[in-house]
Amino acid sequence: MEDEQAVVLEFELKGSDFNVAGETSSKIKRILQQIGVRSDVIRRIAISSYEAEMNVIIHAHRGKVKAMIYPDRTELLVEDEGPGIANIDLAMKEGYSTAPDYVREMGFGAGMGLPNMARCSDQFDIQSTVEKGTTIKMVIFHDGEKGEKLSG
Amino acid sequence: MNLKEIQEMLDAELVCGAEWIGRDVACACGADLMSDVLAFTKERTLLLTGMTNIQVIRTAEMSDCIGIVFVRGKRPGQEVVDLAIENELPLFVTDFPMYEACGLLYKSGLSGCSKAVCRHGG
Repeated sequence: MEDEQAVVLEFELKGSDFNVAGETSSKIKRILQQIGVRSDVIRRIAISSYEAEMNVIIHAHRGKVKAMIYPDRTELLVEDEGPGIANIDLAMKEGYSTAPDYVREMGFGAGMGLPNMARCSDQFDIQSTVEKGTTIKMVIFHDGEKGEKLSG
Repeated sequence: MNLKEIQEMLDAELVCGAEWIGRDVACACGADLMSDVLAFTKERTLLLTGMTNIQVIRTAEMSDCIGIVFVRGKRPGQEVVDLAIENELPLFVTDFPMYEACGLLYKSGLSGCSKAVCRHGG
């Protein structure tokens, strides 16, 4: 894997900075379009990235998104410094959320973010330490069949 | 069904994106929960919503929505419109409330997204 050429994109995120929420994922999406990745695959990468980006902005103090675009796959690494997740199994359940009301009023915090990231990616890994932060790693293969199932 | 036909059906005002209203719509989703839009739509979905914040446009962008109808006469701000134009997303405003707007389109043959969505990952 070390010999592989990748396009690497890195972005910093600030907690509660809702005005720019989504800009990182938008930039990643545009680069993937320029590279010529299949549109249904880009959609899954963009949704995974956006859900993770929103989670950092909603819950954490700050975070980083690293996108590594290889010829055959995109890897997303999202690390944050924040409260962490006490019970990951519970957080992975659809409908479970600790988001505050003002976030719900924006249409988020419905407890769909983590399950949706897992659903859109081919590999999903989450590690979290309470009062330290959360790290999510996702891999989406560019020739995967999952996208066709998800986008119909 | 294309966006122009939808505009006529909903007696909707076009806010921006006249050059893209010939585009075909695959299906439609009525939602105020952006999390649901991200989880349950597919490419070329028309989004009907009562939310007018900037995250609606970002959500539509990530989900490859084909256009957005704001229901019950709700009007997005200029910042929202500008981001929609940047993303080639036509925006409409209809006076119909959510239930009626969705009902009119469904009755005319525009289906929902559920049939093509595989919820549990596969």
